Amino acid sequence: MAAKKTRQARKAKCISFLVNDRPVELEIGSLPHQVETSHTLAHTLRETLGLTGTKVTCDNGACGTCTVLLDGTAVLSCMTLTVECHGRSIISIEGLADSTTGQLDPLQQSFIDHTAFQCGFCTPGMILSAKALLNDNPSPREEEVKEALSGNFCRCISHYQVLRAVMAVAERGAGNV
Amino acid sequence: MSEEYRFIGRSTRRKDAMEVVTGATRYLNDVKFADLLHGKVLRSPHPHAVIKTIDKSRAEQLPGVKAVLTWEDIPDWKAGTPRILRVLDRKVRYVGDAVALVAATTEEIARQACGLIQVEYELLPAVFDVEEAMKPDAPQLYDELPGNIVTPGTPAFGPNSLKEVVMGDVEQGFREADVIAEGTFGYENIPNPIPPEPPGAVAIWEQPNRVELWVSNQASYLDKILMFHVFGKKVEVRTHGLACGGSFGTKIMSWPVQTYATLLSRATGRPVKVVFSKEEHIAAFVLRPGSRMQARVGMKRDGTVTAVSGRWLVDTGYYSSTTQAQVAVGCGEIQLMTRCANWDLRTDIVCTNRNASGCVRGFGGQELKCSFIPLLCQAMEQIGLDPVAFIKKNYVKSGDGYFWRDGAWYIYRGIDYSEAMERGAEQFRWQEKWQGWLQPSSVTGTKRRGIGVGVHGNADIGEDSSEAWVRLNPDGTALLYSCITEHGTGQRSNYVKMVAEVLQLPMERVFITPADSLINPFEYGPFGSRGTYAIGSAAIAAAEDARRQILELVAPRLNAKPEELETVDGVIFVRDNPEKRVKWGAMGYDRTVMGYGRFDPDFTLANCMTTFVEVEVDTETGKVDLLHVVNATDVGQIIDPPGLEGQLNGCLGSSGIDSALFEETIFDSSSGHILNANMIDYKWRTFSELPAIDNVVMETAVASHRFKAIGVGEVATSPGPMAILMAVSNAIGVWLHEYPATPERVLKALAQSRTGGAA
Repeated sequence: MAAKKTRQARKAKCISFLVNDRPVELEIGSLPHQVETSHTLAHTLRETLGLTGTKVTCDNGACGTCTVLLDGTAVLSCMTLTVECHGRSIISIEGLADSTTGQLDPLQQSFIDHTAFQCGFCTPGMILSAKALLNDNPSPREEEVKEALSGNFCRCISHYQVLRAVMAVAERGAGNV
Repeated sequence: MSEEYRFIGRSTRRKDAMEVVTGATRYLNDVKFADLLHGKVLRSPHPHAVIKTIDKSRAEQLPGVKAVLTWEDIPDWKAGTPRILRVLDRKVRYVGDAVALVAATTEEIARQACGLIQVEYELLPAVFDVEEAMKPDAPQLYDELPGNIVTPGTPAFGPNSLKEVVMGDVEQGFREADVIAEGTFGYENIPNPIPPEPPGAVAIWEQPNRVELWVSNQASYLDKILMFHVFGKKVEVRTHGLACGGSFGTKIMSWPVQTYATLLSRATGRPVKVVFSKEEHIAAFVLRPGSRMQARVGMKRDGTVTAVSGRWLVDTGYYSSTTQAQVAVGCGEIQLMTRCANWDLRTDIVCTNRNASGCVRGFGGQELKCSFIPLLCQAMEQIGLDPVAFIKKNYVKSGDGYFWRDGAWYIYRGIDYSEAMERGAEQFRWQEKWQGWLQPSSVTGTKRRGIGVGVHGNADIGEDSSEAWVRLNPDGTALLYSCITEHGTGQRSNYVKMVAEVLQLPMERVFITPADSLINPFEYGPFGSRGTYAIGSAAIAAAEDARRQILELVAPRLNAKPEELETVDGVIFVRDNPEKRVKWGAMGYDRTVMGYGRFDPDFTLANCMTTFVEVEVDTETGKVDLLHVVNATDVGQIIDPPGLEGQLNGCLGSSGIDSALFEETIFDSSSGHILNANMIDYKWRTFSELPAIDNVVMETAVASHRFKAIGVGEVATSPGPMAILMAVSNAIGVWLHEYPATPERVLKALAQSRTGGAA
């Protein structure tokens, strides 16, 4: 029985990528621990890898809640197939703090300092959209921040406090990776 | 001026801040359950039909399917007010009504199984308009509701629950009026608050009659009570309120999803999760009530309202649960903003074949005022009265009386909001911009600017009951037992802050229990704006009781009387001789001290929000841009400045101001389908289109609790929509009375004004 399973596993195609700087290898298949070709990255992060910090609101590419970084760029993980991520590097909200010291990313700290959230459901996506912007442009103007976050839905209206939190980091030029 | 406190009024870090920014906050869908099954709902494609047959055999045979339930399989559980709506019924009453429930090992299998259920319907004629529904030959939704009129009144507010505003002599009032305005005005675009996290629940049934529910709701203790009643008072319910990814009132109506999960767990013996898709969330969950007012108002030249008469028609969709309560509160609120001696305002709540209206931020008052203020504007225009002068004169003042939701008469003992209104007007530069009715404040080429103002307030700040305990531990920490879920207002932190202030203990040493109904005392939940006064009072009283007990306990050890003692940072000392001191540990390692606090309803205080808006209308495209918003209020004492700012900025979203600009549920009245049940076609404001918001917050001590504060969270959304219609009308020089002011409507109004008609 065990031998049969092993043979099957060898036969299964695998994909591998980095999640929060850790290598992940997953088989393609329809068992619970495997990745189906139809699985979105949001599904794989949340359900297969247990990284539930990535939230899903619309599951249809409209709201930005599920934003993660793919090779440093903001993508909608509900519109990205996991199989597309082979060989790439994904950062989710769980991977933003320094993994050795535990120190928060300056954006995360600034969101705390400015209470830049209300219900908090959109916050991981907001932080990662802002992170992608600062990766690209460490000192954006406020209008550029607004543009970068314009795909992120927030119903509580945390926008004003989010802008202040992001601008506080941008003005320090602390957004450099 | 407000008092100086150690924590109250200061910006403090929210207790859950670290979890929020690292993604560690656990919302419903983030909790793992062993052996979990996933539930899905098969929904009706027809607005009104009887189910002739259901064949579920193919669905049941699909591998992975564990249960398929139809109306024939479930107990006779009923919801609604009155309790006439069977959880799964033989009849469907809107496009989206639940026909069958499926539990399977994966969501995908459950979804596939739904597609294998064969349903044969007998189609019935449907009705989508309140006045059509009231006609004698209209299709009837329920045998129990002749004429589709929902039984007025709600048992929740007692036998005299407010159903109308009737007092004085309206004929006499109209004779005293200098001007009379009359018409029909509506707020019927049924906008959807759409919190980001969808409605959902996980249920674990335990034979023979217990269920444990994990819920996403702002008021999770109430679910225990609501569900107990839905389950025919035969099931013991325990609720766990997780972090809630937005609610805006809506998730108080979570009984359907909670019932579906419960039924499926009961049928399978396993935990079952049901989470609505975004399409279900928008098309089969709660909308604002539709509001239509046919009324007449008499006014004197000085702005005194002499009479209001008419009828308020409320469209509740396919059933009502809280709509009677919203009508009661709306009828109370209209009196708060209109000091008038003569009223004859009747109401009807009507069922139609669309998804249900229910609890939404603004709770009846927003819906009524969005219809009523446009009528008042017609009278103000006739006498050339500045609306700011009107609202200042007419908002409730100390000594004024009003009927509140329970039908009783209350005398207002709160503060005068005129000064907050004036300060708001100054900040907005209202005097400078106001050019009179239907006059733009400025015109530049094809761009016309206009201004408007709205007002709303509510005596719900002291509604319903709350209980809390505060436990003092010998290690110098305290634990607040209060059944509160965090739904975005930051109130879990604010109650900790209040307890910390009473006990003079750092906030890091005060904790709060999870919102588990098994361990916490009764809590109605943060409805309306009751959090700060009602829930806060219970937490404060519990902390004061605990403090009194610990001082009494250690007084003999310090050879002092309890009243001679103080406690700071977990140390108790003699006030006049601070060297005489002991730590809380002096109570003994084997002891805790438990204080109890309770709040009982008080309807003699009210909050008030005034919102000023400036818009710019492009007369070529009809597009309306919101340029500037000023919210003016008085909260007695600010508890948490950033939390308060968040609530006030919330005026735009959750079907607030934007419900007058572009937010609407597009309903196809030929088929009963909602056409924009997704987040691309349902429009929402993005970062790129943020207006400037200024919040003017005064702190005039209110006779509430020891911190002299009241809440304003709920009402931030309410004054804006009516202010927008006023501003757009002023900008284009012609009345626009329909929400929202879309480019199409604006262009139509402009075209009619050029040909001399009215919009």
